Amino acid sequence: MSSNLAAPPATPANGFDPGPLRNAARWHRAEYAFWVLPVLAYFVFAENLSLLSQIAIAALFCLSLDLILGYAGIVSLGHAAFFGVGAYTAGLLAKHGWGDPLLGLGAAAAIAAATGFITSFLVLRGSDLTRLMVTLGVAVMFYEAANKLTAFTGGVDGLQGVEVKPIFGVFGFDLYGKTAYWYSLIVLFIMFCLARRLVHSPFGLSLRGIRQNLTRMPAIGAPVNGRLVAAYTIGAAYAGVAGALLTQTTQFVSLDVLSFSRSAELLLILVLGGTGRLYGALIGTMVFMTAHHFLSGINPQYWQFWLGAALVLVVLFARDGIMGMLQRLHAAGRKAP
Amino acid sequence: MSTVLETRNLSKRFGGFFASSNVSLDIKQGARHALIGPNGAGKTTLINLLTGFLEPTSGEVFLKGDNVTRLSQHQRVKRGLVRTFQINRLFAEMTVLESVTLSVCERMGLGWKWWRPVGAHTAAIDEAAELLSTLRLLDVAHAPTRSLAYGRQRMIEIALALAAKPEVLLLDEPAAGVPTDESRGLFETIARLPREVTILLIEHDMDLVFRFAERISVLVGGALLTEDVPEVIARDPRVREVYLGTSLDD
Amino acid sequence: MTVIFDGIASGLLLFLISVGLSVTLGLMNFVNLAHGSFAMFGGYICVILLNRHGVPFLAALPVVTLASALAGVVLERTLYRRLYGASHLDQVLFSIGLVFMSISVAHYFFGAQQQPLQLPPMLSGQFNLPGLDIGVYRLFLIVVGLLIAIALQWMIARTRFGAQLRAAVDNPRAARGLGIDVDRVFVLTFALGSALAGLGGALGVEMLGLDPEFPVKYIVYFLIVVAVGGSGNIKGSLYASLIIGICDVAGKYYVPQIGAFVIYAVMVATLIFRPQGLFGRGAAK
Ligand SMILES: Nc1ncnc2c1ncn2[C@@H]1O[C@H](COP(=O)(O)OP(=O)(O)O)[C@@H](O)[C@H]1O
Ligand SMILES: [Mg+2]
Repeated sequence: MSSNLAAPPATPANGFDPGPLRNAARWHRAEYAFWVLPVLAYFVFAENLSLLSQIAIAALFCLSLDLILGYAGIVSLGHAAFFGVGAYTAGLLAKHGWGDPLLGLGAAAAIAAATGFITSFLVLRGSDLTRLMVTLGVAVMFYEAANKLTAFTGGVDGLQGVEVKPIFGVFGFDLYGKTAYWYSLIVLFIMFCLARRLVHSPFGLSLRGIRQNLTRMPAIGAPVNGRLVAAYTIGAAYAGVAGALLTQTTQFVSLDVLSFSRSAELLLILVLGGTGRLYGALIGTMVFMTAHHFLSGINPQYWQFWLGAALVLVVLFARDGIMGMLQRLHAAGRKAP
Repeated sequence: MSTVLETRNLSKRFGGFFASSNVSLDIKQGARHALIGPNGAGKTTLINLLTGFLEPTSGEVFLKGDNVTRLSQHQRVKRGLVRTFQINRLFAEMTVLESVTLSVCERMGLGWKWWRPVGAHTAAIDEAAELLSTLRLLDVAHAPTRSLAYGRQRMIEIALALAAKPEVLLLDEPAAGVPTDESRGLFETIARLPREVTILLIEHDMDLVFRFAERISVLVGGALLTEDVPEVIARDPRVREVYLGTSLDD
Repeated sequence: MTVIFDGIASGLLLFLISVGLSVTLGLMNFVNLAHGSFAMFGGYICVILLNRHGVPFLAALPVVTLASALAGVVLERTLYRRLYGASHLDQVLFSIGLVFMSISVAHYFFGAQQQPLQLPPMLSGQFNLPGLDIGVYRLFLIVVGLLIAIALQWMIARTRFGAQLRAAVDNPRAARGLGIDVDRVFVLTFALGSALAGLGGALGVEMLGLDPEFPVKYIVYFLIVVAVGGSGNIKGSLYASLIIGICDVAGKYYVPQIGAFVIYAVMVATLIFRPQGLFGRGAAK
């Protein structure tokens, strides 16, 4: 994955070393180590594969929000809309005989992207608050629509009869969830690599520019609206793929793929992990889902309480989340002898 | 010499109040033009109108003969009309090199490229580094913008604009908030810009204005009071009155 | 007719609960998504008083109001004030955190089930006019809601506190310059908003139900009132609540398929085309 950066550095001006920026996109050792974890997890937690798949899917979903919030700076309380659109797209296709998983993913990405593109024009302008309310409003409209179109979606009972075919016609989805896990993980990894390219590219840099200073961007010649539309559309496509994965690995679509709490929880996971860093989204999801699994096993209500408390504390004291803390630890470790 | 930037009867109304009224300017290719006037005269508003940051209530803006009144900000930047802001608008979390590279990338039309990393666009980075070198900012190239002292941040404000390769550069009080000793260096940098770049400067320090400008427009209450060469402006009693009237309570 | 009548009743209820949210947003620029938690708090206090201690309904209401106000003051002093300068996103996250906590606390003490509430005989039942069935309780809601709306309007327009509040909403910095103790205005407003939310929650047990998910279930409705009414605009909130109440009841009655849909669409459209609300002080600034 690494680099077309091996080219020798051009003669630096005044002995200046542009290296740090030149090589910013190189894969770090810690990243390789990070991606070994899910492979190890497959063997260590072999009886918990369905949880692992859920984590991979949620991580992809969280990544999608990070692209639009962490990079482009668009706050959203309704991101589940795209997740849900993807989930229903894949589900309806599979239900009506188009059960090929990759076709499902592609269709989900396309339809979610189209939805994102159309709704992006609603979030171009306005304060954070307006955007929060607009995205929330759009998402509840989708929820209501899915809820009412029972003939189509199954309404509150969920979409039954989703039959997913084997991947490439070879790898069928087994009872233990092995295929499901590898499938989710590989899709996550590929999507992650694409996102990683994107955020390190000039396009990604311009998104960061928009987030950091929206009003300066037009003054250096950047068409802000176009970039925002693109980022929002891409984020929606990512969310759609995550939704489709959930449908395909569980062979079911429940109405709550579109729910407000899914959007809110997602925002929370991202903030816990650290916005504006791809690994923040991944690590946040891992920590959150694991904690959720074990703590809510003990008592679901306690879990929600501590979750709320954690959120309050993060906002008050650790706004850059787990990734921010890790980075500070790392920096402190460097300084110490 | 040919006109490069022109306004015709440009007006901007906020509620019942005209922040710009009927301003007609004519700025020649390669000019060193200063815009002066007391606080609240509408200087920044005029720049906002020129660049499309604000829409005029009436009137028109022409850039190199084309009517650009309806163009958006970034389209005008693409045509060579670039500004700086009176109050810094920087990318606080980026390093200095990153933010200038961002501006260079936008000018080179790389802003939509999403596959190769910024680091692989060596031409952009080299150009950014070179610009930093001319502005004596190279030593802080990898420092986050927010960690710099205000004077140096002010230089980045200018660097971002220069990275867009302006044909017409609008500088809104570039030295505002900069300690005097540092502001000398800043103005030397501005004075060294090549003649191809037309400059419209807003500045309060009259010494600097009279040293730098070849023509001066005086704005009062949103309207153009007069425009002439510095010697004439310096002797104009109306200008003196305006400035005496305000410098007392400054 | 009955539909309109019920719509007005539910609209006034909505008004009581959400007016505080609107004012905190307009005044302190604070997005308090946990506003519904105060309503839920009021509802539970009311249920406890009635069902466990046998306090009569009408006597319970003032207690509920005071208790909610107190809860508002405590939270404002300890937590909310720390976030006045924060971004809206932070405020939203923070208040969602509070919502989650309140939900689980409610779960812990009361379980997931709907709380029963026995109305006193004098407030139950209905009388029928030709073409109009009037539920006594609905009538009671309308009377109380209107009285409070009038009282609020009077307070804002006539009292010293109201003048300070208006000044602070228009321009907090200038208000401070005028020697107004903006901090105190903030606390009092927050307390007032919480008190009304608590009262609304108590009055609403019968119509809206009461369970731990209450703050999430109605959050969208509160936000719609703010969006359509315009933040910080009390009259706007009233009109918006009435419209939404009537549309909601009528929508569910006549066009159950799209009833809720229309309301959300109105909210989104309002936000985009008239960000200052339908009843804002006009587009021209
Ligand atoms: N967006 C705006 N809304 C209302 N009034 C404004 C706005 N921008 C500027 N003004 C007013 O226009 C006048 C001119 O402001 P400005 O152009 O900033 O003056 P200058 O840059 O000459 O000091 C001031 O009185 C200012 O208050
Ligand atoms: Mg100015």
